[in-house]
Amino acid sequence: MRTPLGKVRNHGAGAAGTGHFIAQRSTAIALAVLAPWFVVNSALSLKGGNYLGAIDFLTQPLNAVGVILLVLIAFYHMWLGMQEVILDYIHRPFTKVLLLLLNTFGLIAFGAGAVFAVLMVNFGA
Amino acid sequence: MAGATRPQRPLSPHVQVWRWHVTMLTSILHRVTGVALYGAALGLALWLMAAAAGAEVFGPTHEFLLSPIGQVALYLIVAAVAYHLANGIRHLVFDSGAGLQPADASTSAWFAIFFAIAAPIGLWALVTFGG
Repeated sequence: MRTPLGKVRNHGAGAAGTGHFIAQRSTAIALAVLAPWFVVNSALSLKGGNYLGAIDFLTQPLNAVGVILLVLIAFYHMWLGMQEVILDYIHRPFTKVLLLLLNTFGLIAFGAGAVFAVLMVNFGA
Repeated sequence: MAGATRPQRPLSPHVQVWRWHVTMLTSILHRVTGVALYGAALGLALWLMAAAAGAEVFGPTHEFLLSPIGQVALYLIVAAVAYHLANGIRHLVFDSGAGLQPADASTSAWFAIFFAIAAPIGLWALVTFGG
Protein backbone atom coordinates (compact mmCIF):
# COMPACT_ATOMS: atom_id res chain seq x y z
CA MET A 1 0.00 0.00 0.00
CA ARG A 2 3.03 2.27 0.08
CA THR A 3 2.79 4.09 -3.23
CA PRO A 4 4.88 7.27 -3.43
CA LEU A 5 3.36 9.76 -5.85
CA GLY A 6 6.26 9.46 -8.29
CA LYS A 7 5.64 5.73 -8.64
CA VAL A 8 1.88 6.13 -8.97
CA ARG A 9 2.19 8.62 -11.82
CA ASN A 10 3.60 6.32 -14.48
CA HIS A 11 7.13 6.34 -13.15
CA GLY A 12 7.47 2.62 -12.60
CA ALA A 13 6.28 -0.21 -10.40
CA GLY A 14 6.33 -0.47 -6.63
CA ALA A 15 9.72 -2.23 -6.94
CA ALA A 16 8.69 -4.85 -4.38
CA GLY A 17 8.45 -7.69 -6.92
CA THR A 18 11.90 -9.17 -6.37
CA GLY A 19 11.38 -9.47 -2.63
CA HIS A 20 8.05 -11.18 -3.26
CA PHE A 21 9.67 -13.56 -5.75
CA ILE A 22 12.51 -14.52 -3.38
CA ALA A 23 10.19 -14.94 -0.39
CA GLN A 24 7.84 -17.18 -2.37
CA ARG A 25 10.70 -19.41 -3.58
CA SER A 26 12.53 -19.67 -0.26
CA THR A 27 9.33 -20.58 1.60
CA ALA A 28 8.63 -23.09 -1.20
CA ILE A 29 11.99 -24.80 -0.60
CA ALA A 30 11.33 -25.03 3.15
CA LEU A 31 7.83 -26.39 2.52
CA ALA A 32 9.16 -29.00 0.08
CA VAL A 33 10.70 -30.59 3.20
CA LEU A 34 8.13 -29.71 5.87
CA ALA A 35 4.90 -30.54 3.99
CA PRO A 36 5.77 -34.14 2.97
CA TRP A 37 7.26 -34.72 6.42
CA PHE A 38 4.02 -33.65 8.09
CA VAL A 39 1.70 -35.52 5.70
CA VAL A 40 3.53 -38.86 6.01
CA ASN A 41 4.36 -38.52 9.71
CA SER A 42 0.85 -37.48 10.76
CA ALA A 43 -0.81 -40.11 8.54
CA LEU A 44 1.27 -42.89 10.09
CA SER A 45 1.05 -41.59 13.68
CA LEU A 46 -2.63 -40.66 13.73
CA LYS A 47 -4.23 -43.51 11.75
CA GLY A 48 -7.15 -44.99 13.61
CA GLY A 49 -6.19 -42.86 16.59
CA ASN A 50 -8.27 -40.82 18.98
CA TYR A 51 -7.95 -37.65 21.05
CA LEU A 52 -5.11 -39.06 23.15
CA GLY A 53 -3.29 -40.18 20.01
CA ALA A 54 -3.40 -36.64 18.66
CA ILE A 55 -2.16 -35.21 21.97
CA ASP A 56 0.68 -37.79 22.04
CA PHE A 57 1.61 -36.75 18.52
CA LEU A 58 1.66 -33.03 19.29
CA THR A 59 3.56 -33.37 22.59
CA GLN A 60 6.61 -34.94 20.97
CA PRO A 61 9.07 -32.01 20.74
CA LEU A 62 10.11 -32.71 17.14
CA ASN A 63 6.47 -32.84 16.02
CA ALA A 64 5.53 -29.70 17.97
CA VAL A 65 8.41 -27.67 16.50
CA GLY A 66 7.78 -29.13 13.03
CA VAL A 67 4.08 -28.28 13.10
CA ILE A 68 4.75 -24.71 14.33
CA LEU A 69 7.34 -24.21 11.57
CA LEU A 70 4.95 -25.71 9.01
CA VAL A 71 2.13 -23.37 10.04
CA LEU A 72 4.33 -20.25 10.07
CA ILE A 73 6.10 -20.92 6.76
CA ALA A 74 3.04 -22.33 4.96
CA PHE A 75 0.92 -19.36 6.04
CA TYR A 76 3.55 -16.91 4.78
CA HIS A 77 3.68 -18.80 1.47
CA MET A 78 -0.14 -18.82 1.30
CA TRP A 79 -0.28 -15.11 2.05
CA LEU A 80 2.01 -14.37 -0.91
CA GLY A 81 0.19 -16.80 -3.21
CA MET A 82 -3.33 -15.64 -2.42
CA GLN A 83 -2.20 -12.02 -2.80
CA GLU A 84 -1.07 -12.88 -6.32
CA VAL A 85 -4.38 -14.59 -7.12
CA ILE A 86 -6.39 -11.63 -5.81
CA LEU A 87 -4.30 -9.13 -7.78
CA ASP A 88 -4.73 -11.23 -10.94
CA TYR A 89 -8.49 -11.59 -10.86
CA ILE A 90 -10.02 -8.83 -8.74
CA HIS A 91 -9.88 -5.39 -10.31
CA ARG A 92 -12.49 -3.37 -8.44
CA PRO A 93 -10.40 -1.27 -6.03
CA PHE A 94 -12.67 -1.65 -3.00
CA THR A 95 -13.14 -5.43 -3.36
CA LYS A 96 -9.45 -5.89 -4.07
CA VAL A 97 -8.25 -4.04 -0.98
CA LEU A 98 -10.94 -5.71 1.13
CA LEU A 99 -9.82 -9.20 0.05
CA LEU A 100 -6.12 -8.34 0.49
CA LEU A 101 -6.83 -7.20 4.05
CA LEU A 102 -8.98 -10.27 4.72
CA ASN A 103 -6.12 -12.47 3.44
CA THR A 104 -3.67 -10.77 5.80
CA PHE A 105 -5.85 -10.58 8.90
CA GLY A 106 -7.38 -14.04 8.41
CA LEU A 107 -3.99 -15.74 8.12
CA ILE A 108 -2.55 -13.87 11.10
CA ALA A 109 -5.58 -14.85 13.20
CA PHE A 110 -5.61 -18.53 12.16
CA GLY A 111 -1.80 -18.72 12.39
CA ALA A 112 -1.72 -17.25 15.89
CA GLY A 113 -4.52 -19.60 16.94
CA ALA A 114 -2.74 -22.65 15.51
CA VAL A 115 0.64 -21.86 17.11
CA PHE A 116 -1.00 -21.06 20.44
CA ALA A 117 -2.93 -24.35 20.21
CA VAL A 118 0.31 -26.36 19.85
CA LEU A 119 1.82 -24.51 22.82
CA MET A 120 -1.33 -25.05 24.87
CA VAL A 121 -1.35 -28.80 24.16
CA ASN A 122 2.28 -28.94 25.31
CA PHE A 123 2.27 -26.62 28.29
CA GLY A 124 -1.28 -27.05 29.52
CA ALA A 125 -4.01 -24.66 30.48
CA MET B 1 -0.90 -0.82 -40.26
CA ALA B 2 -0.91 -2.23 -43.77
CA GLY B 3 -1.60 -5.96 -43.92
CA ALA B 4 1.07 -6.57 -46.54
CA THR B 5 3.92 -5.37 -44.34
CA ARG B 6 2.76 -7.11 -41.16
CA PRO B 7 5.53 -9.42 -39.89
CA GLN B 8 4.73 -13.09 -39.26
CA ARG B 9 5.04 -13.00 -35.52
CA PRO B 10 3.47 -15.62 -33.24
CA LEU B 11 0.06 -14.46 -32.10
CA SER B 12 -0.86 -14.23 -28.44
CA PRO B 13 -2.80 -17.21 -27.07
CA HIS B 14 -6.49 -17.09 -27.73
CA VAL B 15 -8.78 -19.47 -25.89
CA GLN B 16 -10.81 -20.70 -28.87
CA VAL B 17 -7.88 -21.43 -31.16
CA TRP B 18 -5.29 -22.46 -28.60
CA ARG B 19 -4.14 -26.04 -29.07
CA TRP B 20 -4.54 -27.93 -25.82
CA HIS B 21 -1.24 -28.63 -24.15
CA VAL B 22 -0.34 -30.43 -20.94
CA THR B 23 1.75 -27.49 -19.66
CA MET B 24 -1.45 -25.43 -19.77
CA LEU B 25 -3.13 -27.94 -17.46
CA THR B 26 -0.20 -28.01 -15.02
CA SER B 27 -0.22 -24.23 -14.79
CA ILE B 28 -3.94 -24.09 -14.02
CA LEU B 29 -3.75 -27.02 -11.60
CA HIS B 30 -0.92 -25.34 -9.69
CA ARG B 31 -3.15 -22.40 -8.91
CA VAL B 32 -6.23 -24.53 -8.23
CA THR B 33 -4.36 -26.83 -5.82
CA GLY B 34 -2.72 -23.79 -4.23
CA VAL B 35 -6.09 -22.22 -3.44
CA ALA B 36 -7.45 -25.60 -2.26
CA LEU B 37 -4.46 -26.08 0.05
CA TYR B 38 -5.12 -22.62 1.47
CA GLY B 39 -8.43 -24.02 2.69
CA ALA B 40 -6.78 -27.26 3.85
CA ALA B 41 -4.19 -25.33 5.89
CA LEU B 42 -6.96 -23.33 7.60
CA GLY B 43 -8.50 -26.73 8.36
CA LEU B 44 -5.21 -27.87 9.90
CA ALA B 45 -5.23 -24.73 12.08
CA LEU B 46 -8.79 -25.55 13.20
CA TRP B 47 -7.77 -29.17 13.90
CA LEU B 48 -4.90 -27.96 16.12
CA MET B 49 -7.24 -25.59 17.95
CA ALA B 50 -9.75 -28.42 18.42
CA ALA B 51 -6.99 -30.57 19.95
CA ALA B 52 -6.12 -27.73 22.34
CA ALA B 53 -9.79 -27.18 23.22
CA GLY B 54 -10.12 -30.70 24.64
CA ALA B 55 -11.69 -34.09 24.00
CA GLU B 56 -15.30 -32.86 23.76
CA VAL B 57 -14.45 -30.49 20.89
CA PHE B 58 -11.89 -32.81 19.28
CA GLY B 59 -14.28 -35.79 19.26
CA PRO B 60 -16.72 -34.51 16.60
CA THR B 61 -13.81 -33.13 14.54
CA HIS B 62 -12.16 -36.53 14.61
CA GLU B 63 -15.44 -38.30 13.78
CA PHE B 64 -15.84 -36.07 10.75
CA LEU B 65 -12.33 -36.86 9.50
CA LEU B 66 -13.00 -40.59 9.90
CA SER B 67 -16.34 -40.36 8.05
CA PRO B 68 -16.41 -41.16 4.29
CA ILE B 69 -16.56 -37.45 3.38
CA GLY B 70 -13.63 -36.69 5.70
CA GLN B 71 -11.57 -39.56 4.32
CA VAL B 72 -12.20 -38.50 0.72
CA ALA B 73 -11.29 -34.91 1.67
CA LEU B 74 -8.03 -36.04 3.30
CA TYR B 75 -7.21 -38.19 0.25
CA LEU B 76 -7.76 -35.23 -2.07
CA ILE B 77 -5.68 -32.97 0.19
CA VAL B 78 -2.78 -35.45 -0.02
CA ALA B 79 -3.17 -35.48 -3.82
CA ALA B 80 -3.17 -31.65 -3.87
CA VAL B 81 -0.05 -31.52 -1.65
CA ALA B 82 1.69 -34.06 -3.91
CA TYR B 83 0.79 -32.13 -7.04
CA HIS B 84 1.69 -28.69 -5.69
CA LEU B 85 4.97 -30.14 -4.36
CA ALA B 86 5.98 -31.83 -7.62
CA ASN B 87 4.95 -28.91 -9.80
CA GLY B 88 6.51 -26.46 -7.33
CA ILE B 89 9.85 -28.23 -7.66
CA ARG B 90 9.33 -28.12 -11.43
CA HIS B 91 8.88 -24.35 -11.20
CA LEU B 92 12.04 -24.00 -9.07
CA VAL B 93 13.92 -25.82 -11.84
CA PHE B 94 12.33 -23.47 -14.40
CA ASP B 95 13.51 -20.49 -12.31
CA SER B 96 17.08 -21.71 -12.75
CA GLY B 97 16.54 -21.52 -16.51
CA ALA B 98 16.54 -25.28 -17.06
CA GLY B 99 13.82 -27.53 -18.46
CA LEU B 100 12.06 -24.84 -20.48
CA GLN B 101 12.27 -26.56 -23.87
CA PRO B 102 8.69 -27.54 -24.85
CA ALA B 103 9.48 -31.27 -24.93
CA ASP B 104 11.21 -31.18 -21.52
CA ALA B 105 8.45 -29.04 -20.00
CA SER B 106 5.81 -31.52 -21.24
CA THR B 107 7.71 -34.51 -19.85
CA SER B 108 8.07 -32.92 -16.41
CA ALA B 109 4.42 -31.85 -16.55
CA TRP B 110 3.30 -35.45 -17.04
CA PHE B 111 5.63 -36.49 -14.21
CA ALA B 112 3.97 -33.99 -11.83
CA ILE B 113 0.51 -35.32 -12.76
CA PHE B 114 1.68 -38.91 -12.35
CA PHE B 115 3.14 -38.10 -8.92
CA ALA B 116 -0.14 -36.47 -7.83
CA ILE B 117 -2.00 -39.69 -8.69
CA ALA B 118 0.62 -42.12 -7.35
CA ALA B 119 1.55 -40.40 -4.06
CA PRO B 120 -1.88 -40.58 -2.34
CA ILE B 121 -2.26 -44.22 -3.43
CA GLY B 122 1.21 -44.93 -2.04
CA LEU B 123 0.45 -43.21 1.26
CA TRP B 124 -2.90 -45.00 1.51
CA ALA B 125 -1.15 -48.35 0.96
CA LEU B 126 1.54 -47.47 3.52
CA VAL B 127 -1.05 -46.49 6.15
CA THR B 128 -3.30 -49.48 5.42
CA PHE B 129 -0.79 -52.29 4.96
CA GLY B 130 2.54 -50.96 6.28
CA GLY B 131 3.98 -50.24 9.72
